[in-house]
Amino acid sequence: MSSTPVLEIRNLNVEYGLGDQAVRAVRDVNLTLHRGEVLGLAGESGSGKSTLAYGMTRLLAPPGVITGGEVIYHPEKGEAYDVLGLSDRHLQAFRWAETAIVFQGAMNSLNPVHKISTQLTDVLRAHRPEMSEAARNARAREMLKLVGIAADRMEAYPHQLSGGMRQRVMIGMALILQPQVVIMDEPTTALDVVMQRQILGQLIELRERLGFSVIFITHDLSLLVEFSNRIAIMYGGRIVEEAAAAAIYKDSLHPYSQGLLGSFPSLRGPRRELTGIPGTPPDLKGMPSGCSFHPRCPKAFEPCSTNIPVLARPDDSPRSVACWLHPVKEPVG
Amino acid sequence: MTSIPDAKAPAGEVVLEAIGLTKHFPVRRKLRDLFSHRHDVVHAVDDVDLTLRRGQVVALVGESGSGKSTIARLLAQLYPRTGGDIQLHGETTKVRGGAAFRRYCSQVQMIFQDPFASLNPTHTIRYHLTRSLKIHGNAGTTASDLAQALDDLLERVQLTPPERYLDKFPHELSGGQRQRVAIARALGAGPEALLADEPVSMLDVSIRLGVLNLLRDLRDRLDLAILYITHDIASARYFADQTMVMYAGRLVEGGDSETVTQSPAHPYTKLLIHSAPDPDRMIGGSEAEGEDAGNGEPPSLIHPPTGCRFHPRCPVAMERCRTDLPVPLQIGDVPGHWAACWLYDSDDKAEVKQ
Repeated sequence: MSSTPVLEIRNLNVEYGLGDQAVRAVRDVNLTLHRGEVLGLAGESGSGKSTLAYGMTRLLAPPGVITGGEVIYHPEKGEAYDVLGLSDRHLQAFRWAETAIVFQGAMNSLNPVHKISTQLTDVLRAHRPEMSEAARNARAREMLKLVGIAADRMEAYPHQLSGGMRQRVMIGMALILQPQVVIMDEPTTALDVVMQRQILGQLIELRERLGFSVIFITHDLSLLVEFSNRIAIMYGGRIVEEAAAAAIYKDSLHPYSQGLLGSFPSLRGPRRELTGIPGTPPDLKGMPSGCSFHPRCPKAFEPCSTNIPVLARPDDSPRSVACWLHPVKEPVG
Repeated sequence: MTSIPDAKAPAGEVVLEAIGLTKHFPVRRKLRDLFSHRHDVVHAVDDVDLTLRRGQVVALVGESGSGKSTIARLLAQLYPRTGGDIQLHGETTKVRGGAAFRRYCSQVQMIFQDPFASLNPTHTIRYHLTRSLKIHGNAGTTASDLAQALDDLLERVQLTPPERYLDKFPHELSGGQRQRVAIARALGAGPEALLADEPVSMLDVSIRLGVLNLLRDLRDRLDLAILYITHDIASARYFADQTMVMYAGRLVEGGDSETVTQSPAHPYTKLLIHSAPDPDRMIGGSEAEGEDAGNGEPPSLIHPPTGCRFHPRCPVAMERCRTDLPVPLQIGDVPGHWAACWLYDSDDKAEVKQ
C-alpha cells in the first residue's frame, strides 16, 4: 500500500435545507484516502457518514447542499482536480469510471424488469460507446466471474437471484469500469453474517488484485476493525477520531470510540458487563455546544461544553483525535 | 428437550413449552399443478422443542429465513400451528381469537423488531400504555390507580421522570426510547413470558446494550421468561442463559450460551461463529485459514434437502447425512449441550430425545 493520496476531502460542509432552517449534517470534514487502502467510516445513524459519501461524489439530492470545501481527486495519470468544480459533462465521465458507489440496500437497487446482462452492459454502453456488443457482453461475463457468479446467470432477472448474489452483481457492476475509488455504503447490512463474510472477503481479494481503494461505511465497528486498514469515526457530523484499525481497536483515544467499541459484545474472552453509551445520539437540529459528544461523555470536563475540539495529532504517530483530553500539538491539514 | 437435564439446576418453573412445533405455509399452486396432486408447502418450522423457564433468557439464533420469527409468532398464537403442541404451564393451548386469545396474551407478550412501526403515530404514550393496562385488567378502579400504574410502567423501563414521556407522541422519542415504550406496553399486560423478536437490531449501536441490559434487569426483577430472537450470536452469548441455533426451520444445536459459543459442536454453529465479525482477526492476518467452513446459501424450504438440512453446505458431510435426519445427541459431558449432527453419534452415546 502506497501513501499517495487518491481522494482528499478538505473542509467539506454539507447542509440540508436553506437559511435558518438548515441542518448541518457534515461539518468541516478533512479526510484523505490513499491508493489501495480500505478506509472505514464508522458512526451511528445520523452521524453524517452517508451524507459525507454522497457529498464527495456529488450525489446529494435536494435539499442537500454542499456549502463549502474541496474534494481533490488524483487520477492515475494527469493532474489532480476538484470534483466539486466539475461541469456536468465532466462529472458524468468522472462518475463510475473514476469513483463508483455501492448503495445501502444495494440488493434492491437492481431494476426488477431488466435482465442482469442488460443492466451490466448498460454501464458500458454509456461510458464506453466505442465497445462492440460482443466485447460488452464478454466484459460483463468476466465481471460476473470475478465476483463468483456463474456466467450463465447473465440472462437471469434480479428476482431469480438470492440476496447475496444480487449484492455480488452490484459489486461487479461497480467495478466494471475499473474505478480507482469504490464507496460502499453499508454494503452488507441486509445480509446474513455468513454471506457478509464471503462478500467482504472477496472484495478484499479483488482489491488486492485490481488495486482500487475502498471507503467502507458501516455502523458495525467490529466489522471495520477486521476489514479496513484505517478507520475514521464520525459523531454529529464531524470526524472525532482517525487512526489505523489496530490503533482504534487496541487503544482508541476518543471516549466515543471507546464507548462504541464497548457496545459490541465479544464472542471470545471473558463475559463481562457492558453498558453501551448512555443517552441518545444528538439531534442535528439542536447540536450541543462545544464538543457534541459532551452530554454523553463520561470524561467530560470544563472546556468540553464550550469549545469545539479540533481534529489534531496528539503525538507524533499518524493518527488524529478531536478531544480536549488530548490537546493539539500539530493541527492536521 | 424436556428430558435433557438443564445446565443450571432447573430453578425456574416451565412457563411456556413448544413440543414438536411445526409450521408449514402453503404455496400458491400454479396452473399446471392443478392437474397433479401436488400441494407444495414451505417448511418454515419443523419439529421444534423449546422450553421457556421463569427467570431465564433463551436465545434463538439463526440466519434470516431460518424460521426464528415464525417460532415467535407461533408462540404468540398469531399463526395457527400445523403440528406439535404449545403448552402454557403444562396445559395445551388452543387459541382461536376472542377471549381465549386475550387470556393467553395477558401471559405471553411480544416485543417487535421495529419500534418505529409498532407504535401508533397518532396516539400518545399514555394512550398506548393505558390500553394495554385496561385490556388486561391491570388499570385498577380509580383514575389515581391508573396514573400510578402508568408511572410504575415507565419507571420500570427507566423512562424517568414519567410525566416527561406520558404525553409525548412516538415521533418525539428516539428509537431506544420507543423500544422501551414497547417493552412497557408488553409489561402492562403483566405477562410471565416475553417474546422479543430482534428487539435491538433496528436501534443505534450505542444504545442496544442499554435495552438488552434493561431486559435482563426485568428478567431478574419480575422473574420473566424471555425468548430472545437474534441473528447476532455474540449478543446471545452476552444476554442469554441458553442458546439455541436454528437452521432452515430446524434446531441444530442448543445448550448453555457459554458452551454453545465457546465450544460449538454442529458444523453450522461453527460456521456462524467463524463468520461473526471478530476484531481480533485483523485484515491479512489469519484470514486465509478456515475458509472451508462451509459456503453456499440456505436451501429452499419448499423442497428442503433430505436428511440433515445442512448437508449440501457441510464440509464434513457423510453419506448418512444425505439420507437420515439427525436426532439431538448429547455433546461431551456438559449437561444440556446437544447437537443434531451425526458426527456425534457413537454407540456409547444414547439419544437424548425420546
